[in-house]
Amino acid sequence: MKRPLKIGLIVNPNAGLGGAVGLKGTDGPDIVAQALARGAVAQAGPRVRRAMARLAARVPGAALVTVPGALGAEWVEGLDLATEVRALPQVTGTARDTWQAVMAMADCDLIVFGGGDGTARDVAGRVPSGTGILGVPCGVKMHSGVFAISPEAAGALLADLLEGQGPVDWDDAAEVMDIDEDALRAGRIAPRLYEQARTPKAGSRIQASKGGPRKDWGAELMGAAAEVVQQMEEGTVYVIGPGTSAGAVMRAAGHAPTVLGTDAMLNGAVVARDATARQLEDVSAGHPVKIVLGVTGQQGFLLGRGNQQIGPALIRRAGRGGLIVLGTEDKIAALAQPRLWVDTGDPDLDAEISGFVRVRTGYRREMMMRIAAS
Amino acid sequence: MTDLPQFHAAKWDEPVVMEMGRPGGRGQHFPAPEAEVSEAVGADLIPAAMARKDRPELPEITEFEAQRHYLHLSQMTLGMMGISLFGTCTMKYNSKTAEFATLRPELAEVHPYQHPETLQGVLEIMHDFDGILRSLSGMDQFVFQAGGGANAAYTMACVARAYWQDRGKLGERTEMVTSIQAHPCNPATAAAAGFKVVNLPLEENGYPSLDALKAAVSERTALIMLNNPDDMGIYNPEIKEWVKAAKEVGALCFYDHANFNGVMGKLSARELGFDACMFMLHKTFGAPKAGGGPAVGAFGCSDELAPYLPTPVVVKSGDGYALDDDRPKSMGKIREFWGNVPQVVKAYAWARAMGAEGIDLASDISVVANNYMDKRLSEIEGLARSNPGVSAHRMEMTRWSLEPIAQETGVGTVDFANRMADYGIDPWWMSHEPWIVAEPFTPEAGELWSKEDIDMWIDVVAKICEEARSDPEMVKTAPHNQAIAQVKGDAFEDPSKWAMTWRAWKRKSGEADTARGAA
Repeated sequence: MKRPLKIGLIVNPNAGLGGAVGLKGTDGPDIVAQALARGAVAQAGPRVRRAMARLAARVPGAALVTVPGALGAEWVEGLDLATEVRALPQVTGTARDTWQAVMAMADCDLIVFGGGDGTARDVAGRVPSGTGILGVPCGVKMHSGVFAISPEAAGALLADLLEGQGPVDWDDAAEVMDIDEDALRAGRIAPRLYEQARTPKAGSRIQASKGGPRKDWGAELMGAAAEVVQQMEEGTVYVIGPGTSAGAVMRAAGHAPTVLGTDAMLNGAVVARDATARQLEDVSAGHPVKIVLGVTGQQGFLLGRGNQQIGPALIRRAGRGGLIVLGTEDKIAALAQPRLWVDTGDPDLDAEISGFVRVRTGYRREMMMRIAAS
Repeated sequence: MTDLPQFHAAKWDEPVVMEMGRPGGRGQHFPAPEAEVSEAVGADLIPAAMARKDRPELPEITEFEAQRHYLHLSQMTLGMMGISLFGTCTMKYNSKTAEFATLRPELAEVHPYQHPETLQGVLEIMHDFDGILRSLSGMDQFVFQAGGGANAAYTMACVARAYWQDRGKLGERTEMVTSIQAHPCNPATAAAAGFKVVNLPLEENGYPSLDALKAAVSERTALIMLNNPDDMGIYNPEIKEWVKAAKEVGALCFYDHANFNGVMGKLSARELGFDACMFMLHKTFGAPKAGGGPAVGAFGCSDELAPYLPTPVVVKSGDGYALDDDRPKSMGKIREFWGNVPQVVKAYAWARAMGAEGIDLASDISVVANNYMDKRLSEIEGLARSNPGVSAHRMEMTRWSLEPIAQETGVGTVDFANRMADYGIDPWWMSHEPWIVAEPFTPEAGELWSKEDIDMWIDVVAKICEEARSDPEMVKTAPHNQAIAQVKGDAFEDPSKWAMTWRAWKRKSGEADTARGAA
């Protein structure tokens, strides 16, 4: 029999404080203080307790590793769970607590955290490779693909995992996104991809009555990427933007993408890795340029968020016709609005590339999407 | 609130029929023929080459035991006679009168290899039903070969391929344009026929924008394939401009009438400019459904496309009817013979019984029933209607979402569907993929169900909302009142585990003849 899954629990007790009092997030101690001054009440702990109560109801006595006090143990007190509390060297009330807690749980297979995108970044950035993470949604911003849809859904998913009940799928490349809160308070949405993480997803449980089996979106993406590679033209420089979707083109061509940065290809070979704007200009000098892009989840940003190294001059050379956009239908369907946004820093250029673009959603499968200036 | 059914399905713990019985068990014992009879007919009635050498592997049980077994199995199903407001499927009663008509020897005992002279009655019904569908669509010719809606969509893709090939332009006309909420069979069949698929997303109005269509179509477009209304239940009022934009670049236009119920008798595909359309006789026209089985996708088109239709086509010839096989430009065949003829006869019976006025009234009732449902569902806390900003009334169905209650309780649409079965109500239809609405469900009342039935269905939904709040775990582990609880789906994705026949079960399970357990 397989060793049972070892689950760790971390709570960011400050997560979500900023939301109710209109602060758009709670990154950093100053904002926490400001939120508390505005009368915010911490929600993360009680929400995590809801998740854990669901787990305890489904799997009484389930084993759980956590850390002391408000960072974990306080919220599972009295629940029917076999909790092992591990000490932390020092509690600071900052992100450092999350980092220390992750390190204290290095032997866990899955770390469950209560928080938002900021906490997701803190956890994902420090878990050992191969360890899964799962977010109990408690934050203001939750754009990362590592959150369950509700605390109860998180608890139920954990119970499914412990009971070996299917179907649970593991996603090894869930995107951990965060938004620059200062920019957001100033009215700009600036999502950025920070990490890729392993996370469990509730499987379909779909009846096969009429819908048939669910689509394998990863395979759809690789199909789209393979088609892009087949169509690559000799002598053209292909700038490959950040993210899993654009990176799939590198993979289809037999290269490992940088994922968090920008690469470039020419005649099938990689000519720049994790390149700066200047390096991209240099490698593309004298060549036609095409730019391979993904779409940021939920907001639908194409250019100007997390890929600023792809500068206005390069974009203008490629033109709208030179943008090769990849995004699976589930990702497009999840956009808040049926739009792709650009903010290149050059309003004229934004206007020039506004209009319709064909997003490649699979092999010989495309979706017309409207590009608008943000 | 209505009194909800206190229901519990029967649960019979008995082996599969192949494991039942005993050596020598049989249904009937026939006497040996008398000597004079044997002498008169001879001993070797079955030619040696056709006679089997071994005994067939059949369960050796009595007729009574066989009937009891199948009665028990039927008791463990919901029986397909319950309240099933299964959206996108247009569930209708399949009349016993029509069923009886197809059991008559004039139909049940004929074969398509007979000479057409001996099939005049059946051909007349096919021909007259073609006429009825022409009057509902404005098309010039229908064929019934396709075994379902997807098969009819594939017919369109093949007709388009033959059309462009005939013009020497198949190499240029490589794309099919459709909407993300058109039935998935449209992109799937176009892709199977070799076309590249270009999808249009829904925009603010709840249907794709004309701008997106205009940006998508070009001299590369072979055809467009659309439903209207699509599964959101919103009618696209710009449809004429859509067809015009496609025609301006020379593309063919196909109207997938899967969602015909709300508009039947109200519009004509041809008048809207379409070149071809498809009706599902097993939905809209009251003939039975069957998963990939004896359904019919009736495909109709204009005179311009008719030369490319699959053969044979039923035509009037002098005083009688004939099968026209001599169509050199035909795309070939979609299936063998003329289609599932008993279904055509049942649909013909339905249409004749309804009459033009009845068909018109039925579509009104289906729209009114859906809008009544919309109103009552909107009063249940935790449900959200898709496209809340669109004020236009929905047609015969509406896409709804459980997102609010799922956020609140963690109970989602699959859990609701499972729990519905505990009340003897057929689990609802969620959505075709991709799910553009979270935790979706898509009810469609149609003209069949009474107000009492519709109220009962809604009351069950409201009750499950209460249960999701008071005892979410109970809902998530439903069904509890059914013969079997939740089915683990993994086996359906593993060909080494599923078995459709006893022989396959024995092979895959590695068991000998003494195999136990269910296939």
